[in-house]
Amino acid sequence: MSVGTIAVTPSRSVSPKQVGIGGIVVAAIAWVITIPPIESRGMVPSIVLAVIAVAAGAWSIAGGERKIGSEAIVVALFAVAGAAASVNSATATLESVFTWSALVAATLRYATPLVFAALGGVVSESSGVINIGLEGMMLMGCFWGIYGADLLGSWVWGLVVAMVAGGLLALVHAFFSINLRANQIVSGTGINFLALGITGYFLEYHYGPNGTPLNISQVPNVKIPGIQHVGFFGAAFGSANLMTWIGIALVPALTFYLFRTRAGLRLRAVGEKPRAADTVGLSVVRIRYWAVIASGMLAALGGAYLSVGFVGSFSNNMTNGRGFIALAAMIFGKWRPWGALWACLLFGFGNAMSDRVSSVNPTLGTLFEALPYVLTLVAVAGLVGRSRPPAADGIPYVRE
Amino acid sequence: MSLLEEELQSEADESHGAAATSPAALTAFRRGASGVIVPIITTVIAFIAGGLIVAATGHNPLTTYQSIFNGTGLNWLFPWVSGSERATAATNLQQTLLNATPLVLVGLAVAFAFRAGMFNIGGQGQYIVGWIVAVWIGSSFSGMPSLLHIVFAIVAAAAAGAAWAGIAGVLKATTGANEVISTIMLNWIAVWVGVYCFQLGGPLHTHNPQLSTTPVSNSVVAGAKLPVFWGSATLQGLDVGIFISLALAVVFGLLIKRTRLGYEARTVGFNPDAASYAGVNVGRTWIRVMLICGAFAGVAASLDILGWKFNLYTNDIQVSQIGFYGIAVALLGRNTAGGTVAAALLFGALLTGTSDRNIHLSIDPTLVQYLTFMIEGMIILLVSTDVITLRLLKGGRRIGIAFKGRRNKEATASQDGAS
Repeated sequence: MSVGTIAVTPSRSVSPKQVGIGGIVVAAIAWVITIPPIESRGMVPSIVLAVIAVAAGAWSIAGGERKIGSEAIVVALFAVAGAAASVNSATATLESVFTWSALVAATLRYATPLVFAALGGVVSESSGVINIGLEGMMLMGCFWGIYGADLLGSWVWGLVVAMVAGGLLALVHAFFSINLRANQIVSGTGINFLALGITGYFLEYHYGPNGTPLNISQVPNVKIPGIQHVGFFGAAFGSANLMTWIGIALVPALTFYLFRTRAGLRLRAVGEKPRAADTVGLSVVRIRYWAVIASGMLAALGGAYLSVGFVGSFSNNMTNGRGFIALAAMIFGKWRPWGALWACLLFGFGNAMSDRVSSVNPTLGTLFEALPYVLTLVAVAGLVGRSRPPAADGIPYVRE
Repeated sequence: MSLLEEELQSEADESHGAAATSPAALTAFRRGASGVIVPIITTVIAFIAGGLIVAATGHNPLTTYQSIFNGTGLNWLFPWVSGSERATAATNLQQTLLNATPLVLVGLAVAFAFRAGMFNIGGQGQYIVGWIVAVWIGSSFSGMPSLLHIVFAIVAAAAAGAAWAGIAGVLKATTGANEVISTIMLNWIAVWVGVYCFQLGGPLHTHNPQLSTTPVSNSVVAGAKLPVFWGSATLQGLDVGIFISLALAVVFGLLIKRTRLGYEARTVGFNPDAASYAGVNVGRTWIRVMLICGAFAGVAASLDILGWKFNLYTNDIQVSQIGFYGIAVALLGRNTAGGTVAAALLFGALLTGTSDRNIHLSIDPTLVQYLTFMIEGMIILLVSTDVITLRLLKGGRRIGIAFKGRRNKEATASQDGAS
């Protein structure tokens, strides 16, 4: 860059980055105004907003923020498509899809298992161990949770058994990743298959072709007395599952632990600079072991929510890829608890939307199922380049 | 990527060992042998572990494994098997080879990416888009000349797979998006696109009025079916797809070892920074490698459709696990052409041997199916690190070390340390 270029660049009060983010927000608004409660019935306002967003994106790109800028343009295109879809649908259809209270409740339901597993991922990867085995650990929690609840007669024990099972599988991952210095992505893939085999095998072995029995003790829903019957809030939050609240409460707790406590800082130190951590006397191996085990337990709780919390039964491969979504949520959320929570809520919203759309138009609903994954792809392409995994993530530590 | 380093190292050793009888050559020979022995021991350990679980749950592992073995049709190779038993064995062996046909290619799709230092978890999605395109082309254009139609369908499926994988390659090269995440997302997008296409009311749902309530594609027309050369043409006999598959494995070997792209891919896999410094365009290599990976997976899917499947149910798309089998195949085959073929045969046999219709002994067939997953998981876990099996080989290895020159000593150190 020559001196001249710098000279002609005016000093700005807003950075290209802020403009780009603004563009993304404006693009989102272009779609939001066409759905309830605003329900703009014309394309013009949306198109105007989208054009503004594209301009902001282009300006942002010109200012050097290529990723944010292109992100704004992509979101604007999606928004126009979405706006066109809403404007061309009947008002009644729109209102049945966008029943916000039901959407929020469903979003929470879908996000809960993801939140636990994504937080598990945050713990493990903060300590420097990639955990692609989240899926398998969730599946373990899913089956052994319902088995425990059935055998011991209470959902509390179900959750305990689930955590033990998830922790044990995580122990295997820890042993391979930490002691044997395995390729962590490969061993995680192995973990997933192992879990698929183990849970399927023992489902068949214990319950046979009839599957898990009915009336197994389930995690209760929390009926909030004050707002339970109060319109929107009542329908959205009035009777969410206990585990939903636990999952959400874990987010600030984990943030505090990782960033404010001595143990959490140590854990992150091990994930960033294991050699330095080792030099000052921390046991890299022990800290990573506990982090991976904790991550397995959290993922297992997420899996247990599906069986013990929500459905009350277990079917083969019940998690069906949710562990991978949680993994994506963790990356989307930049390896931070709050970020992971927002990403999980976004995925949950995608699932909830697809449910609602399916009830109106089953064919289209299927395509909506793909939406969260498309969003992740766009987000990973746009954002991850700037966010950074823990420096030692995935690198086995060899003591010298 | 310790596996890769090891792989490259062992390859370098092999080529150095050309001058026979030198200590280095002897070491190279032993190392080459361990390249075969380690996967075999890995497999044996996994089978023993699976057997322990079978035993722990009150079944006899020996009879279980014997039943699985007979189910694979490999007993056809025994001359004393005769009569109806032989006919059954032949049918089963055809099934095994039919299963192995796409597994070879999906394995190669994963292996090539590994060689370039990438983890292609997206074999599944690339395979599904290949399926969609193959069944679409195969069931349309009914007037086309047979050979042309087949080639068209295979090439189109390959292109679809390549495009799908290419997305991940382009994203990695341009934005640095991790291919593990992007290929996982592409897998799910492919699943839902596939379900969308063939569901009731979907754009590619069958025109057959009798199947109007079944979520299935149109059937492949007679002209686009691959010729069957062993067994019944109507009851899933073995088609010529397996030769295409094996030929592509040879192409893969040549691509890796004899072409500029293969060399660049391995260089990038070994160390992207060094490759870039040496003048390799790393991003372009990533994209090209992913394109080829996707093409392999797409061809795999087309052979499946044109060879014996002929139509596609939405359920097939939702339950398929082949991309993940491909990972196991590639890893067990150590990302080499020959190894991948051998591993694909093993998994093809395992899948056939554990399918319900082939198990008629004391054990519940569903249990045996899950045994496959456990064995597969064990194998992947064990190949994620060679330390366990290498320790078992330690006795033999020590003798080798005594002959080793300095360069090889370093290699052993880096191998044992890094794996």
